[in-house]
Amino acid sequence: MTVSITLDFSLRQGDFALDIQEQVEARVVALFGPSGSGKTTVLESIAGLRSPERGVIRIGNRTLYDADGGVDVPPHERHIGYVPQDLALFPHMNVTRNILYGANAAHDVGSAAALEQVLSLLELWPLLERGVGDLSGGERQRVAIARALTTSPLLLLLDEPLTALDSGLRARILPYLERIRDELATPIVYVSHDEAEIRAMADWVVELELGRATRSGPWQGDS
Amino acid sequence: MTGDALAIAWRTVSLAALATLVMLPPGIALAWVLARRQFPGRAVLETVISLPLVMPPVATGLMLIWVFGRRGPVGGPLSQLGIDVMFTWRAVVLAGAVMGLPLLVRATRAGFEQVDRRYEEIAGTLGASPRRVFLTISLPLAKRGVLAGALLGFSRALGEFGATIMVAGALPSTRTIAVAIYSYTETGQQAAATTMLAVSASIAFGALLLSNRLAAGS
Repeated sequence: MTVSITLDFSLRQGDFALDIQEQVEARVVALFGPSGSGKTTVLESIAGLRSPERGVIRIGNRTLYDADGGVDVPPHERHIGYVPQDLALFPHMNVTRNILYGANAAHDVGSAAALEQVLSLLELWPLLERGVGDLSGGERQRVAIARALTTSPLLLLLDEPLTALDSGLRARILPYLERIRDELATPIVYVSHDEAEIRAMADWVVELELGRATRSGPWQGDS
Repeated sequence: MTGDALAIAWRTVSLAALATLVMLPPGIALAWVLARRQFPGRAVLETVISLPLVMPPVATGLMLIWVFGRRGPVGGPLSQLGIDVMFTWRAVVLAGAVMGLPLLVRATRAGFEQVDRRYEEIAGTLGASPRRVFLTISLPLAKRGVLAGALLGFSRALGEFGATIMVAGALPSTRTIAVAIYSYTETGQQAAATTMLAVSASIAFGALLLSNRLAAGS
């Protein structure tokens, strides 16, 4: 399912200025660019963790931020699933409690069937009783993605989901991400600086450099 | 004599425990506000909370008399409701709570400051309201600080003397271990004072042992 995403905002953090004007219709949007280009800042602005100074952020028909209209939906009411690069699994909860954390908070959610589907897609059933300290890098990644998905988000934000993993593990995690894209209806904004990953995942690419989009368009690949 | 000593010991420990319960809610709230919020007057609030640490306890006791005495802004309405604070067990609790609060706030605040804000932010994106984030993320992750603070506050309340004798006196019905040691010594009852000293040392010994075990275990 494609979704229309309006990202038209600016913000300033110290010396860094982000200024983006994008209107995209896609299923998986990749934000591509070197580190320091503002990719993570874009994600955190969508999630509501950074406050723009002007502009509009709209996902589908929901306005999350509109400076002129006085709209700034707080993070816990945005329904945006965010998997940060550091994952931030809650250290005092086991895998199950981490995954269910958002499911408990969401009101509209979470038919048991949807939860089961996520657990199966990500092959998490054997891990449910583990503590998060006993997980490998790839397992942690899958738990964090499941935790974000069980809130039934409007949009899933993935920040360099494969970067911290070695190449063997990357090859094993990528299919999980492709399954999420193909079997769940959740649109994704995917941050990466790896072209192969983007080729595999995205149908639209926004290239960022020093806080500005230098290119934006459908992926010019063989898909 | 021994029955008396036991009664005093029990009163001291239970009122100190009650004082700890009384100081926990405001102490945790203040610690969280100081650890997580920027607002005008923050430095003043911080200083006011710490005042009882630095001022002579009897001075703090005098201020409590002004506020909670029968003609005080809080004590007045309370006494119209038939609740007297001064020279009752309530005064012992009040003095212990006020004197213990700064220690509780310090340790608890350090506990909150050690919690990675990242967890709180991410919990928010998962749909948790600020209140739920506090109860399920911040507070559990800060629990060692809260526990350490509660123990410090309890210990302070247990040994409190200066403010207590101002607001609760040395009446048989309000006398705590510290006050009893003082008044027995004043009136030359050496044996009774020695008994209280032994009781006091055993309680302190037990509390320290417990707190060391808690610190090592968690």
